[in-house]
Amino acid sequence: MDKQNEILLEVKNLKKYFPITRGVFRRVVGYVKAVDRVDLFIRQGETLGLVGESGCGKTTLGRSILRLIEPTDGEVWFKTGKGKKLDITKLEDREIKSLRREMRMIFQDPYGSLNPRMTVMDIVGEPLIIHKVAQGKEIEDRVRTLLKIVGLNPRYMRRYPHEFSGGQRQRIGIARALALNPRLVIADEPVSALDVSVQAQVINLLEDLQVQFNLTYLFIAHDLSVVYHISNRIAVMYVGKIMEVGQAEEVYQGPRHPYTEALMSAVPVIDPDVNPERILLQGDVPNPANAPSGCTFHPRCRYAKKICSQEEPPLEDIGDEHYVACHFADDFSLKGIRQF
Amino acid sequence: MISYIIRRILYVIPLLLAVSIVCFVIIQLPPGDFLTAIESQLKSQAGLSEEESRKMVDEMRKTYGLDKSMPVQYLIWIKNIVTKGDFGYSFGYRKPAQEVIWERLKWTMIIALSAHLISTLVGLLIGIYSATHQYSLGDHLSTFLAFIGLSFPEFFTALVIMYLLVFRFRVPHVGGLSSPEYVLATWNWAKFVDFLQHFWIPVVISGVAGVARNMRVMRANLLDVFRSQYVITARAKGLKERIVLYKHAVVNALHPIIAYQGVALPYIVQGTMVTAIVLNLPTTGPAFYDALVFQDTLLAGSFLLMVTVVLVIGNLLSDLILAWIDPRIRYD
Amino acid sequence: MILKNERSRKKNSFAEPVKGEAYIQLVWRKFKRSKTAIIGAILVIIMAILAIFAPFFSPYNPLKIDHRASFSPPQRIHFFDDKGKFHLRPFVYNLKLELDPQTWKRIYREDTSKRFPIYFLVRGWEYKPFGIPCKLHLFGVPKGGSIHLFGMDNYGRDLWARIMLGGRVSLSIALLGAILSAFIGSMVGTISAYYGGITDMILQRIVEFLQSFPQLPLWMALSIAIPATWSSLYVFIAIMMLFGLLSWTPLAREVRGKVLSLREQEFVLSAKEAGASDARIIFKYLIPNCLSHIIVILTLTIPWLILAESTLSFLGLGLQPPMVSWGVLLQEAQNLQTMGRHLWIAIPGAFIVITVLGFNFLGDGLRDAADPYSRR
Ligand SMILES: Nc1ncnc2c1ncn2[C@@H]1O[C@H](COP(=O)(O)OP(=O)(O)OP(=O)(O)O)[C@@H](O)[C@H]1O
Ligand code: SF4
Ligand SMILES: [Mg+2]
Repeated sequence: MDKQNEILLEVKNLKKYFPITRGVFRRVVGYVKAVDRVDLFIRQGETLGLVGESGCGKTTLGRSILRLIEPTDGEVWFKTGKGKKLDITKLEDREIKSLRREMRMIFQDPYGSLNPRMTVMDIVGEPLIIHKVAQGKEIEDRVRTLLKIVGLNPRYMRRYPHEFSGGQRQRIGIARALALNPRLVIADEPVSALDVSVQAQVINLLEDLQVQFNLTYLFIAHDLSVVYHISNRIAVMYVGKIMEVGQAEEVYQGPRHPYTEALMSAVPVIDPDVNPERILLQGDVPNPANAPSGCTFHPRCRYAKKICSQEEPPLEDIGDEHYVACHFADDFSLKGIRQF
Repeated sequence: MISYIIRRILYVIPLLLAVSIVCFVIIQLPPGDFLTAIESQLKSQAGLSEEESRKMVDEMRKTYGLDKSMPVQYLIWIKNIVTKGDFGYSFGYRKPAQEVIWERLKWTMIIALSAHLISTLVGLLIGIYSATHQYSLGDHLSTFLAFIGLSFPEFFTALVIMYLLVFRFRVPHVGGLSSPEYVLATWNWAKFVDFLQHFWIPVVISGVAGVARNMRVMRANLLDVFRSQYVITARAKGLKERIVLYKHAVVNALHPIIAYQGVALPYIVQGTMVTAIVLNLPTTGPAFYDALVFQDTLLAGSFLLMVTVVLVIGNLLSDLILAWIDPRIRYD
Repeated sequence: MILKNERSRKKNSFAEPVKGEAYIQLVWRKFKRSKTAIIGAILVIIMAILAIFAPFFSPYNPLKIDHRASFSPPQRIHFFDDKGKFHLRPFVYNLKLELDPQTWKRIYREDTSKRFPIYFLVRGWEYKPFGIPCKLHLFGVPKGGSIHLFGMDNYGRDLWARIMLGGRVSLSIALLGAILSAFIGSMVGTISAYYGGITDMILQRIVEFLQSFPQLPLWMALSIAIPATWSSLYVFIAIMMLFGLLSWTPLAREVRGKVLSLREQEFVLSAKEAGASDARIIFKYLIPNCLSHIIVILTLTIPWLILAESTLSFLGLGLQPPMVSWGVLLQEAQNLQTMGRHLWIAIPGAFIVITVLGFNFLGDGLRDAADPYSRR
């Protein structure tokens, strides 16, 4: 993707802290720092893959960006279709509603994300009704077209979601997200609940749709292999923080953060020669309510030095828009993967 | 857990306050009061003039504080209850309300507790039988009868049983707790036998619904427990069927029923109420009914308040019991 | 892992739905299997039809007084006359009043000198469904005869007709009360769970507060506060409101629990994500998904309110004559001696029992069926 492309979404210093309460009077005794000072940007037309282990805050980040949950602090700048730049975190409910046409979400759970009491037609047509962009017969026609686009037979649009398979439901969810011609789509692990064979189909569909409708994706996954082909750039997240962001090839082939390297080594690869040694991470993922001092990764990092537990490394550009949050980003030569 | 208990107890205090206000207001809702009736009585029977009777009644209102505004009356009432245990004066019985209630509470408790005990026991036994013989004729029959039992309005059960006793079995006297000739007699064997002959009737009537309810709950609980994993494991381990049944299943199925005991008291008190009114028993139910009808305000209010307070405390207890026997309950 | 060469383009994915049966079909299949549920449904339907078309089923005006016929007993339907001859068309004999020569009691005997065959769809007293005058009745006997299947009450009014009319009142007050209660309960439960926080806190305290009162004494105290001067209609509405306003708490608790679990599901979030308003989320996403619970509890609230109405009315605290309900009709049975001599005045009680039983069967069957994925 061209660096010349304009920036569609820019996240600055975004935080989401969930309070933990105790006792008779529900005193706040601490916070789960699910998203902690995250900086990101996404260019028009590209796919940013966001990876990280389960529980690291990817979903919370995605939802905070769309203000499905209220972020604690920070800014989210979005460039609207009319060319205006808006900070989503400061908008009134009414203004957000009109923005929701431009930014949509695809959910993780194909079983839980469709209302079991609505037909496919109602589910896909719902955004059209809510935003009053179509009426009566028009809705039906639009839904028919949308279903065809995502590869579903419109004949079954009067059926209920439980009659469809996981992959088909995810297609319904995609059709629903496309209904309003969005510009940004946040796909929250859209395939991780699906069978491996179906995963490929859905990812291919998403790629095709991106070309067809000029979409921009924030593609969330907990598994590097899923995002590899679809992403232009990759962001790696660990316990609420971004560890490394860069061009996909660069991050894969020459990771600069020890956590990325560890994630990379866990990817199963066809050719065993390429990646002989798997780096086993020591210990557990830290509790986001009580994150380690300094570099969050230091208790598990095999390169950790003294400074790592004392000072937090900032997310810095080490050249060519490759950002890394490690004190020794320039010093190591870390192993990546050349090819899948 | 401690924090949970404290929180629950703290909740109860404002609740009791609110409840007492509402009890007082509800009882004051009907227009007029007991003295309005007395006033017209004075006019018609004692032959006093309108002015004289009005004056007398106003005098009485003043002595009993009825001329004051409602909030003031409430404050006086609640202050006396809390500080002196004085629930106010019952015009109907011409004595303090608490005396009327205490007097009658004895029989209420005896009848209600007997009905409750018997219905719990019988209900549990039938429930256990039903669950262990699921889909047998006995199970179907008792389930069906339980449904019927729950479908009878209590007063109708009372009517039917009274009718049967009097007109089919020629029982000389039903209603009350003794035949007229024994009312004033001192306790002796004959009076005791007569008492028993009266006593079982309200117990059975108000027990019918309880048996049905307990039976259904016990049966459902037991069947649930039977399906649960650890009973299946226990069975698989080769323990004898009966030991599995009684040691594990029954104990677990009893949990909800034990917890229910906390709230059972007010329910059994109000459960015997209709029966008591129909049978005209010397219990609190008919007194409450009369107090309502004749606007014996403080008596009615005191009774309502008492039952409510018992219910609130019962609710609290059963929550705490449940939390204690079932640690899976979250304390929030 | 995703392999580029595994690309199966979307040709083969123009797929058909996989699994059958909608929720409602599953429910119906499970419901059908329960005999008691079917019996309950049939009983409820019969009672509803009798109540809705009460005048059509009543050969006599339930309000017409005939003092000479006070407490005249039910008439039997015959197929065989006194000579033992069979008649295909059933018939009744008139009753004649006699004095027992020994005890001087009034007794009724069948006057076998004249048979009165029962005809169907006959013309009789006039009633006005929706204001249209109508004289059609299901059955009746020719002039000169009478057919009082359940006998007469104290004032010589036809008890059968009064039971039909009373059923109308008893059922509608319970039904309306239950609907009001279901409405309040589901709204409170949904709002409480959906908004959470302080809203939830306040609503839950209100629920707790209402649940602190013992039902029967509270209802007694409140219904006696209904002014005696109010018209029947107002009393009816007042009692109905009383039922509705005081019986919604169990439903509110259940719906709240259900919505709390729904709220965690992504489809509710997806509605918010699409820009749906709170009202839309509540009415299109949350309530439809609780509907089975709401219907089950509604069905089980109705019999409970029928019992409550009959009890209050029987005690003289609920509906009052000249209003007719099953409970009001049973007021005549308050005196054991009256009931002993004229047992038929207790027949309304049987209607209460049968109706309540029907609703309980139905509700129980629905409850089991509403959760078709469980095995019970
Ligand atoms: N509503 C909430 N209240 C409190 N804590 C929360 C809440 N939602 C999420 N969390 C916590 O925030 C952290 C991040 O959760 P999140 O769901 O964003 O992770 P994730 O990266 O999406 O994980 P997964 O791969 O499992 O989807 C977790 O520790 C989670 O427990
Ligand atoms: S800062 Fe230190 S601990 Fe953190 S990743 Fe770099 S080397 Fe490891
Ligand atoms: Mg997630």
